[in-house]
Amino acid sequence: MARREPHPDHDLIQGEWTEKALVEKLLEPVEKPAPRPWRVVVAVGAALTLAWLYGLFVTFVRGLGTWGINQPVAWGFDIVHFVWWIGIGHAGTLISAILVLMRQNWRDSLNRVTEAMTLFAVLAAATYPLIHMGRPQLFYWVMPYPTHMALWPQYKSPLSWDVLAIMTYLTISTLFLYLGLIPDLALLRERSRGWRRKLYGWLSLGWTGNAVHWQRYRAVYVLLAGLATPVVISVHSVVSMDFAYGLVPGWHLTVFPPFFAAGAIYSGFAMALTLIIPLRKWYRLEGVITERHLDWMAKVTLASGLGVAYIYLLEIFIAWYAGEPAEWAQQLWRMTGPYAPYYWAMMLINVVLLQTLWFPRFRKNLTWLFIFSILANVGMWLERFVIVIISLSHDFLPGNFQLYYPTWVDWTLFLGTIGFFLFGLSLFIRLFPPIAVAEMVHLFHRLRKH
Amino acid sequence: MLYGLMAYFDSAERLLEALRVLKGRGYRHLEALTPNPVEGIEEVLGGDGRIPWIAFGLGVLGVGLGLFLQIYTTLDYPHNAGGKPLLGWPAFIPVTFELTILTITVGIFLFLLYINGLPLAAHPAVRAKEYVRVLLDEYGVFVYATDPRFDLESTKALLRELGAEVEEVRRD
Repeated sequence: MARREPHPDHDLIQGEWTEKALVEKLLEPVEKPAPRPWRVVVAVGAALTLAWLYGLFVTFVRGLGTWGINQPVAWGFDIVHFVWWIGIGHAGTLISAILVLMRQNWRDSLNRVTEAMTLFAVLAAATYPLIHMGRPQLFYWVMPYPTHMALWPQYKSPLSWDVLAIMTYLTISTLFLYLGLIPDLALLRERSRGWRRKLYGWLSLGWTGNAVHWQRYRAVYVLLAGLATPVVISVHSVVSMDFAYGLVPGWHLTVFPPFFAAGAIYSGFAMALTLIIPLRKWYRLEGVITERHLDWMAKVTLASGLGVAYIYLLEIFIAWYAGEPAEWAQQLWRMTGPYAPYYWAMMLINVVLLQTLWFPRFRKNLTWLFIFSILANVGMWLERFVIVIISLSHDFLPGNFQLYYPTWVDWTLFLGTIGFFLFGLSLFIRLFPPIAVAEMVHLFHRLRKH
Repeated sequence: MLYGLMAYFDSAERLLEALRVLKGRGYRHLEALTPNPVEGIEEVLGGDGRIPWIAFGLGVLGVGLGLFLQIYTTLDYPHNAGGKPLLGWPAFIPVTFELTILTITVGIFLFLLYINGLPLAAHPAVRAKEYVRVLLDEYGVFVYATDPRFDLESTKALLRELGAEVEEVRRD
């Protein structure tokens, strides 16, 4: 008998389990009646989704004049929320892709729900540029297609890069989620009856668990992880170039790509914590989503948040050091102008309160972690508000200085996408296991048997 | 009609051992069915080195597509943007990169389905009454009745000898 030292990650699955018991537990959200809070979330999500549809209806029927955008703040809530949602998506791809490559065992209990989070966040984000076009039925104009006018998209512009970056990101994160689901769908197919059996049967594509198929599957999975990794970094970098290419004071900075990428990971992990802490409690998943998982997530939040905080301070320095009067005026406008409370609230959350995560006492306190995870996304929302709206409201010409007033349509569209996100995610975890079953059983094997 | 025999093993080691013996005895028409990837299976059943090469090929195709798209559209309608060179290649990197990844991702996913013979509407092994066990915690070998070495009694005896629980899979 070889020596049987416990695996260094043995505490990632806590409690006495057998493979069967573990599978039963992980399939509970799909197979057992839903807990009461789930119904509440679905109801709230559905109500807000309906409100969202009404907001869209008003936008399409009466036009963009119902929004608060105007000159000079022509990018308002729509772009703030586009960037906000895209950023939130990043944690899913990060957990599923980068942590696969780094062989981090703790990702196995988190990847499915965060990948689903990515999918719905990117879908929510993608609606904003579409509706901001005003005539969304003409969105295909951004595609390269031969027209009678012989015009093509301008491929030296980051806005046309953005189209491809977002579409690639949506495609790769959907395929990654689906690929990971296939073995679980086969298991669900064999365990269910009626329409569910049909649904899982169709979606599982006839997966049988053939060992040769598994080898190829693993090879493709790791390959896609390797490809998704640079995509995660590239997507928000490209989004940031939409701004950095412009001459607007506060936008024209070479530091934007890493700034946005760090912010995306920070807000994504915060959103993942916001979702996972209640999920773990409602479905009693403490055995597979342990305090160590949450601790790791808090540490990644801290690390990426520190990157964000550093660049906040760097922005102030650059505005002063560049010697460009408009840049410095913009910085003072942010700190002392009518929008100063937004700026300082952002600083308070993302620079000051973030520091609590250095201390294990705060990281282990789930109430604080949950509150902070929500605050962090408020902070990131404020950051995008600062970048998009405050910058535009104060450019080079004093005659151009105007404040931005969002309308009820703007707010409805924002709350509506939150509703859509919650509604979509809760239906997802009702139909598909929120924790990757095959991967957890595999992890269980590696931890206990070797 | 008899489709074949389904043998259930309780560990991956036994599965590998059984596959070695069956291969040694000349069985060819069989499949291993497992709940998760088994290390060392490629030594017994043969590995598949095609995926990285196909991915590389798709990557080259994607780079070509990306560059062609941008160079062609620029030359078809030359447009002076900020006095930059007409074919300023650094500006072409993001789109080329995204299209490369997009081509590989979609292509390799379809290729994976193709080499695995998916989607598959029906598979004889799935008709085994206890089939779900190999998706949960057991390791299965399905020996097709069409295998030249197949003989109901002797194959069953061999599988039992290797430590398996054996089920006859028939069309009902």
